[in-house]
Amino acid sequence: MTFSRMIACAVSLAVLAGTGAGAQARDLTVVGFGGTVQDAYRKAYWDPYAALKGIKYVEDTTNGGLAKQKAMIETGNVTWDVMQMEADEVAIACDEGLLADVDWTTLSSYKDSEPSMFTPCGVGAIVWSEVLTYDADKIKEGPQSWADFWNVEKWPGKRGLRKTAKLTLELALMADGVAPADVYTVLATPEGQDRAFAKLDEIKPHIQWWESGAQPLEWLAAGSVAMTAAFNGRITTAQGEGRNFPVVWNEQLFAIDYWAIMANSPNHDQAVDLVDYMNSTGPQKLFAETIPYGIANKEAMAQLDPAVLAILPSAPENQKRALSLDTRFWIDHGQELSERFSNWVAR
Amino acid sequence: MPWRRNRGRTISLLLIAPLLLFTFAVFLLPIVNILTNAVANPEVSVGLPRTSAALADWDPAESDLPGDAAFEALALDLSDKSPESTRAVAAAARRLNYEISGFRSLLVSTGRALRAPGEDGKEWRERLAAIDARWAEPATWQAIRRAAPAHTTFYLLSALDMRQATDGSVSLVPESQRAYVAVLLRTLKVAAITTLLCLAIGYPLATLMVSAGRRFALILFGAVMLPFWTSLLAKTSAWIVLLQEEGPINKLLMWSGLISSPLQLIFNATGLYIVMVHMMLPFMVLPLYSTMKSIPPHYMRASVSLGANPVRGFFHVYLPMTLPGVGAGSLLTFIVTAGYYITPSLVGSPREQMLGYFVAYYAYTSVNWGLASALGLLLLVCVLALYLLAGRTVGVRQIAGLK
Repeated sequence: MTFSRMIACAVSLAVLAGTGAGAQARDLTVVGFGGTVQDAYRKAYWDPYAALKGIKYVEDTTNGGLAKQKAMIETGNVTWDVMQMEADEVAIACDEGLLADVDWTTLSSYKDSEPSMFTPCGVGAIVWSEVLTYDADKIKEGPQSWADFWNVEKWPGKRGLRKTAKLTLELALMADGVAPADVYTVLATPEGQDRAFAKLDEIKPHIQWWESGAQPLEWLAAGSVAMTAAFNGRITTAQGEGRNFPVVWNEQLFAIDYWAIMANSPNHDQAVDLVDYMNSTGPQKLFAETIPYGIANKEAMAQLDPAVLAILPSAPENQKRALSLDTRFWIDHGQELSERFSNWVAR
Repeated sequence: MPWRRNRGRTISLLLIAPLLLFTFAVFLLPIVNILTNAVANPEVSVGLPRTSAALADWDPAESDLPGDAAFEALALDLSDKSPESTRAVAAAARRLNYEISGFRSLLVSTGRALRAPGEDGKEWRERLAAIDARWAEPATWQAIRRAAPAHTTFYLLSALDMRQATDGSVSLVPESQRAYVAVLLRTLKVAAITTLLCLAIGYPLATLMVSAGRRFALILFGAVMLPFWTSLLAKTSAWIVLLQEEGPINKLLMWSGLISSPLQLIFNATGLYIVMVHMMLPFMVLPLYSTMKSIPPHYMRASVSLGANPVRGFFHVYLPMTLPGVGAGSLLTFIVTAGYYITPSLVGSPREQMLGYFVAYYAYTSVNWGLASALGLLLLVCVLALYLLAGRTVGVRQIAGLK
């Protein structure tokens, strides 16, 4: 073999390797927020679906954000199919063409579902809530509000908060005495934003930032935080494992996460079919019984045990002083406040 | 025979061609890419082409609002129903949201309202103002005009905590929002302290390695090289285990009675320096060792025989000859430390995060690739400046160990 032929071979091999990787068919890939909520998806949705269809599937996890989706579309190498996403990110990603705009009315489960749970590019996956929790075995007279959460004199110890502007600035304002109904009006003004950051400054040395939803409960169990903000479903799961972590529903911050399908997914039809399956009555009921998050399917909701209904974010008793996450607000202010927040954290 | 010489040259060029291609593809292209990304600003000119063109003629100093042509151009840009166009408008909306928060939903909702069947016959100016009052405000149009050029200094200025006002003047952003200059200084500080600590430990270590007996030198070599060959994540996790509150080091100190309560050794500056020095030590020791190895031992003996005591001999004979090694090791350590990302993000608190953390944050979380590139460029420029400075004072050939 002459030298030039060797080079030609090497180049063509390299080209082959490059093109081959992208075009390869792959298994359906589903993405959740990890931890116990992902366990519940697997048990109620993914394993039964894969068994039913006789397919294999692959799991991945995310902590939110759009960078991966954007990189997949820009490089043309789409490695995810169905993802759990937060509401504002679904809206932005849908506008930017990162997600498949499916006509959800064609789903067989559509008629059984709450119409408000459908949005362009997204089907309501869970209604979750961020609430205050603590270890009642260690703290007898526990905190009952975010103002109490800020009180490090009465309850010393580290505080767990999510390392994002979204879900944290709201809590700071409520701790500063803003009524849940006024939080976003205040936060939309520069003065309100300064006020939220100033309030966070008060307890900054005491904050231990979490990024994945599983961390705060591990820390609470290990005793490295005295109290924390956490997602309600994961707290209930920890209770099931024998932990005495009460859910403080007062001033809960609740929102919907969605199922969305990647644009240009090579498994598009299968992905739509999976979303339809996940949204159907039987699996939805099993899911809500596994982890107490609200669901889209009205039939399944109607079949739930009252004891389960009572620990959902939507229970009237839990909604007394609740704040609904304002998707529109975060679409408009997310970028600015997130960047300011990340700069503030690193100060 | 010129023919033969040419052929020889072609073959040698072909032989190094893979290397050249490789250097070009993995080294030069990414840098060029960073440079262009830091100033590229295609979103608005691509997403709102007619509006950008119409606003080019408008002078905000002369009239508060642009002419009717701009309003019509915007309506046409936003009414386009093709998926490519809506996608491009969404990208423009993301970019304009950097200028004014709320622009994203303003543009998207205006587009939706325009595409829906509505009353005709009205002037575009009134129709747009009826959809959203912000279209009657000068600030809205000024923001589009600012963001319309195909290239911008916006990201570079942001990376320096500055911004440009509508009239073109450049000023610092409000105190509460400044960040990157402080982070850059912190990055350089961490790199400098790590380098000094490495030098303080590495110099005696390298001297010992050169002068020790064969077996002991081999053990010392192993002690330096083994961690060098170990995975970075394994080393970092091992340090987290060792230094944590319940870890062996704290337990040992408590047991020996030196301390009564556990020390905070990790997730703060102390932990960062301990782990960084461990990571960087080989980069300091190896150049020092190779320089010291090349110094003939009889030089020191000669200085002693000429009457100098060992201290004087060290400062006047040994140290000057090891300076190229000191320069090379320090520069290498400093540059590698300044660009470190994984270790500080694992063992430092948020307050120890360096510039690399923000590059990753803007690239992976915030999807603000322009700012990520600008910050990367900032770091690159600082390191290059340092390299040139060192090249001027010590000499590039000496740093590279060629002399």
